Amino acid sequence: MTIASPNLDRDAALAQLALMHRIRAFELTAMQALEQGLVLGAIHPSIGQEAVAAGVVTQLRRDDVLLSTHRGHGHTLAKGADATAMMRELIGREGGCCGGKGGSMHIADFEVGMLGANGVVGANIVIAAGAAHAIKLKGDARIVCCIFGDGAINRGPFLEGLNWAKVFALPIVFVCEDNGFAATTRTGSMSAGDGPAARAVSLGLASRTVDGNDVLALTETAREVFARVRAEREPEFLHVKTYRLSGHTAADPATYRSAEEVQAHRAGDPITRLRETLRVAGVAAAALDGLALDAEREMREVLDAARATPFPPSERAFTDVQDVGDPRLEAY
Amino acid sequence: MSQTSYLQASTRALAEEMRRDRDVWCVGEDLGRGGVFGQYKGLVEEFGPQRVSDAPISEACIMGAAVGAAMMGTRPVVEMRFSDFALCAIDELVNQAAKARYMFGGQTRVPLVAREPIGIWRNSAAQHSQSLESWYTHIPGLVVICPSTPADNYLLLKAAIRCDDPVVYMEHKNLWGLLGDLPAQEPDDAAITAALGTARRAREGADLTIVSWSAAVHECMAAAAPLAQRGVHAEILDLRCLWPWDKAAVFASVRKTGRLLVVHEAVSVGGFGAEIAASVAEHCHAALKAPVKRLGAPRAPIAYAPNLEDRVRVTAAMIEAAGAAMVGS
Repeated sequence: MTIASPNLDRDAALAQLALMHRIRAFELTAMQALEQGLVLGAIHPSIGQEAVAAGVVTQLRRDDVLLSTHRGHGHTLAKGADATAMMRELIGREGGCCGGKGGSMHIADFEVGMLGANGVVGANIVIAAGAAHAIKLKGDARIVCCIFGDGAINRGPFLEGLNWAKVFALPIVFVCEDNGFAATTRTGSMSAGDGPAARAVSLGLASRTVDGNDVLALTETAREVFARVRAEREPEFLHVKTYRLSGHTAADPATYRSAEEVQAHRAGDPITRLRETLRVAGVAAAALDGLALDAEREMREVLDAARATPFPPSERAFTDVQDVGDPRLEAY
Repeated sequence: MSQTSYLQASTRALAEEMRRDRDVWCVGEDLGRGGVFGQYKGLVEEFGPQRVSDAPISEACIMGAAVGAAMMGTRPVVEMRFSDFALCAIDELVNQAAKARYMFGGQTRVPLVAREPIGIWRNSAAQHSQSLESWYTHIPGLVVICPSTPADNYLLLKAAIRCDDPVVYMEHKNLWGLLGDLPAQEPDDAAITAALGTARRAREGADLTIVSWSAAVHECMAAAAPLAQRGVHAEILDLRCLWPWDKAAVFASVRKTGRLLVVHEAVSVGGFGAEIAASVAEHCHAALKAPVKRLGAPRAPIAYAPNLEDRVRVTAAMIEAAGAAMVGS
């Protein structure tokens, strides 16, 4: 049984629960849209991992910078991007965040400091280093948050980017969102040593490992880490352990793990856990149910609005390539 | 007018652009000590170690950081030392820098300059000698520049830094010491911008068009006098930019001379000469008096021993022979 937390900030926790419901509803709606043939390319749902967005990304201010992964819908929503523009992007429509040119894996909203999901694992780490480098050069007070998966720790840019951030004393929180799988292979079976945090520590970064499905504990740790990076302008590392309940892609039946394993992890679903904490703290079940229903309704409306928009005009295929050597002047 | 080297021309261009725009900065290995060839000498003293930044030997991070820093509103000049080493940063250049503006629907731009010196240089063997410019012409989003003279290295580096697109800027290592005249006064903005995508007519002639770029231009120039003695007056176009390339100048010249010889140091197979040859065949076929001819390196790595290295060079003698044969003299 869950014991009531004495220091629970109910309003803040309710806001996080609402956000997690919105993320889950967005993902489930996108998966339905895939089945309906509306979403055309691969999508990578973050079902089960919503607490990372709710606990970590919410530590950023609007003008702080976020870089995310191919599994980035939740992070992007948490940074404040418009859900309808995101859904339009997933179904390749006019008015999508990226005008229908990027799709799910290149979701970005520069207006809210979301500098992009990335289709290449680990590639965002070095880009984040550069974003923070520019912040330092300009003398800005902003910080950068770079989220990547556990698979990324075996790519060279992980070493290069963390080393760079430390050598140049850059204000970055590196967040390893560890769901245990590198695509469809267990990361542990392909990783030497003691894991992500140990690698970060070896490069001189302060590092914390936290339960990424306990949104309240995660939030508390993240708040400390982000405040310290904001004040001290040094990179830190947050290793967040979670579990992906859905497949690698929406089309992945995930036959590489047993149904029992997934079922066992359902008990640790971050939404279920926070909901239980709030119920014990005296929030009425109807109010909690209302958050889920509101999120589902919102995302139904989001999909309806998104599918009502047309595909971009075909001449848009040649815009925003380059100024010098613009394909509208010479494509061949 | 005093003469300036190809190398010093680049230093002057960079210093002027850094004075002009506080967002311009450069980053790469050994820059605080002037860079591997001394192209950055004196800059750290004037601009400080933040704007003339050393870097770890982390090519992917140098390029990737430049992408992030460019998206955040700065204008990084990235030093890769050798175009061969820049292959360690291909994802960052090709998948990130070249694509960011497009795949994010125009929300951002990546105004970085990647300096990637190319070319055969003093017995440096297979990993320090390549000319890989054609690879980058294949990538939408990138601008590709290969200057051959001090004046052009000055003008085009300034233009590259001001360009809002990612630019692959390929100086030739064997040209660092080449002397030439530079303008005493800084050219106006229009002249700088106009340099991108325009060829330079290095020599006027009526019998044969030779299109070349980078160090090979000087081999073509060396072949011009003996060709003229044989009655073949070659028109030599220094392309300077490979993307965009000056089709209008090339087509106009070929329509005048009726003959095209493309000369480059890079491997002939899949080289940019193939693109030029095909374009001329498509658009100027009726004007051609002889088949289009390409001269490039054989498809073999570049060796260390001087005699082996020489086997892959395109020389003035080869250009003379090819040009004369095309005209039938």
